[in-house]
Amino acid sequence: MGRYIIQRVALGLAILLVAISVLYALMITLPGDPTTVFLGPRATDEMRAVFSERLGLNNPVPVQILQFWGRIFSGDLGEDVLRNRPVATPVFAALPNTLILVLASIGWSAALGILLGAFSAACRNSLVDRVTGVLSVAMLAAPSFVVALWSLLIFAVVLNWFPAIGAGEHGDLADRIHHLVLPSFAIGLAWVGYIARIVRASMLEVMGENHIRTARAFGLPPHKIIYRYALRIAVLPAVSVLGVGVGGLLSSAVFAEIVFARPGIGRLIYESVISRNYPVVMGSMLVAIAFFVMCTLAADLVNAMLDPRLRTSKKS
Amino acid sequence: MKAALDIRDLSVDYHTRAGRLHALRNVDLLVPDGEVVGLVGESGCGKSTLISAVLRLLAENAEVPGGEIVLDGTDLLSLSDAEMRLRRGRDVSVVFQDPMTGLNPVLTIGRQMIDIQHREALSRAARRERAVDMLARVRIPDPASRMDSYPHELSGGMRQRVAIAMALMMNPKLLIADEPTTALDATLEVQIIELLQELQGEIGCAILFISHHLGVIAELCQRVVVMYAGSAVEEGGVRDIFHAPAHPYTKALLDCDPGRIRERRQTLPSIPGSLPDLTAPPPGCIFADRCTKADAGCGATQPPRIDTAPGHWATCHFAEAMR
Amino acid sequence: MSIAERSSFKYTAVGRLMSDPLAVAAVTIIALLVLCAVFADAIAPYDYKALNVRERFAPPSFVHLLGTDNLGRDTFSRLLFGARIALFVGLTSVGLAALIGLMLGMVAGFGPRWLDNAILFLFDTLRAYPTIILALALGALLPPGLGTVILVVVLTTFSEYGRVARTQTQALSAQEFIDAERAMGASPARILFMHILPNVLGPFFILAAINLPVVITIEAGMSFLGVGVAPGTPSWGATLKDGFDYIRNTPWLIVSGGIPLVLVTLGFTFLGESLRDVLDPKLRKER
Repeated sequence: MGRYIIQRVALGLAILLVAISVLYALMITLPGDPTTVFLGPRATDEMRAVFSERLGLNNPVPVQILQFWGRIFSGDLGEDVLRNRPVATPVFAALPNTLILVLASIGWSAALGILLGAFSAACRNSLVDRVTGVLSVAMLAAPSFVVALWSLLIFAVVLNWFPAIGAGEHGDLADRIHHLVLPSFAIGLAWVGYIARIVRASMLEVMGENHIRTARAFGLPPHKIIYRYALRIAVLPAVSVLGVGVGGLLSSAVFAEIVFARPGIGRLIYESVISRNYPVVMGSMLVAIAFFVMCTLAADLVNAMLDPRLRTSKKS
Repeated sequence: MKAALDIRDLSVDYHTRAGRLHALRNVDLLVPDGEVVGLVGESGCGKSTLISAVLRLLAENAEVPGGEIVLDGTDLLSLSDAEMRLRRGRDVSVVFQDPMTGLNPVLTIGRQMIDIQHREALSRAARRERAVDMLARVRIPDPASRMDSYPHELSGGMRQRVAIAMALMMNPKLLIADEPTTALDATLEVQIIELLQELQGEIGCAILFISHHLGVIAELCQRVVVMYAGSAVEEGGVRDIFHAPAHPYTKALLDCDPGRIRERRQTLPSIPGSLPDLTAPPPGCIFADRCTKADAGCGATQPPRIDTAPGHWATCHFAEAMR
Repeated sequence: MSIAERSSFKYTAVGRLMSDPLAVAAVTIIALLVLCAVFADAIAPYDYKALNVRERFAPPSFVHLLGTDNLGRDTFSRLLFGARIALFVGLTSVGLAALIGLMLGMVAGFGPRWLDNAILFLFDTLRAYPTIILALALGALLPPGLGTVILVVVLTTFSEYGRVARTQTQALSAQEFIDAERAMGASPARILFMHILPNVLGPFFILAAINLPVVITIEAGMSFLGVGVAPGTPSWGATLKDGFDYIRNTPWLIVSGGIPLVLVTLGFTFLGESLRDVLDPKLRKER
């Protein structure tokens, strides 16, 4: 287990390092004056000179990448030159909003998806199974930003049930949850169908295994067999998929945050891209990609926790 | 003689694409109280279907068109699903063949052993104590700490002991052992057989022991039932069956047993031919096609059950002559 | 595989596909999309870029079937031309991604261990970029246009094809008949193209069918964010963006701009599933 964790973490770190380095290299080598790239077109010549000196932009590219990581590891995400503040300030102000959004979306969609999947597998070919089958494909088919726009139109603009803008007042939990409903609905909807399908398929496989026959031979109640004996195994593939799927969730979060004007990482990246505020783009992308790599890692580790067969490599 | 299990005239059909498959046809089988009865036959002879029918764990496409399965005085076929579920694992329990896949891989041994006591009015601690006690009785070393192990942390032999402990924990009237030693090597097989014998003596349950290892059957059982292609073809005391088989199939089966071949030879003997098509069973004797004794009458009329000695019968026209 | 076997396989595969009602529905939707894209000029009642200040914000009517946008452009005509863009971006980038993935995957599966590891690491690294976030970054650095969209899509999707090609190559090159070929002196290129390529094609078709709507959605998404097609191009995403900006004036843009995306996704998803059932019996879900 220890070895496995170390391997996974090392690979995750390597991927993160390379992914960010490539992006950084692209930014500094692309045509155009790097100081323009970093400071934006509105910078003065004086600012450019100071900046070039400070970031070592006259050094060779590999040295610059090393210097970049040196700054990152000393806790400096860079300087938001346009607004004269550390990049870390807007990034870490936005991060919690995105985390809450992503977690809420995973939470409700996984819960509902697992339940629907298990139920359709348990009552195969029942009405619920058939309806779930059709619905899950329909949910899959709706791109998250279309769902976001449609739910904005229907529930916020026309019906006025939910707020259209923002993340809610700080400290007012009910208000924040109220603001969370539509964006997390838009992000999670496709996942409900996806997870339901995965769980249904793996559930049907597990239900045919010998140990389930054993459980039935001991007269265990059917709901216990399904929800404790089979589901624990059947959710494992869904957990792996969720980990990888956080990348897709982050992409969806960009749209949801823009459509619902929610201050999060996705919106921050979008706004800095539009205003050509590259240090902030770089800093927030670093955080977003790091978050994604960590989620993939976490999914592997959660899987190992749920599946004792993976956990005890010390024995076998 | 009181019977732990008395199966009378049991038939089971499967609905398949090729048509109705008559997997069991008019099977009779008797397991007297406290005795060990062996059930032998080739793969595909309907042993598994028989067990599933008794436990009502048949596949969805199965149907029971007729017969009785009397367990301890009650016809199981007359019970509702819920009533049947309450009996499974308590009145009749089972040890399956493959110890590697028979236990849930993500739950501890203890969790599974405690869960199967769901019908007992016991506290959690008492259930745990009973499970530990049972693990000790099947000679699992350090049973209390084994409760927290996962199945994959145990060897195959150990897992089969756990399976036996689970099956016997509720003191069932009948234990069905479905080739419990086939997946194990020879040394372990002997240990498991001895363990079963010992526990059977203590608990006093009847055992229906399924195996194609004739040596094990001879060692363990008092009575033997021989099945062929979904029919019970012969039943009798273990000595009668082994020394005076009354059905040509039994005789052929015994002749093919590597354990009983005396002289050196190049090839192992086998029964020529293959199992009949059970979607359209022949009108006469089911074994007629492969039987060395068969004549025209065998293919046309079904042989009746012929008693050759007290408690020994066979379904063969030549049963008397075989002796 | 002989020619006769091949054509009979194809015949039964297509025959089986057409006996599945979902597949028929899928093919109908896709055919409709292709027709719209090809004959957009003929079908469209208006010039998709014609401004008409007097008919700004016109709701759906018989004059403008799906209304007009803030510049008075006819929504229905724009959506028809949007099909052309979606299909062009979809086919080009799926083709490119499959080609690059195929080559890298076969090299990884067939080549030495270190090369395999290096290529796998490349795949893993590319997977670490959330698509839209990478799209935003590149969109900020590169000028908007179809080329940028295709570059982003190819970068984020070719590793999927690469993985499939690699797995298939490895599985096949472990088989005996490949060993036999090798023993008879067949060159690696011959083995790759004669034996491995035909076996990779089936899974690739399935993957492509599943990926096409994803790609089309990415294009629409990037255009929605303003880092996709050049301003004025009638991408479905751009229509949605106009609808979002004027949500209280032209809500019909959001409704009608989303419908083709949903339909296309539905069509290709059903097609992918049916293809999987027909081409890959091992993966067939029992239902």
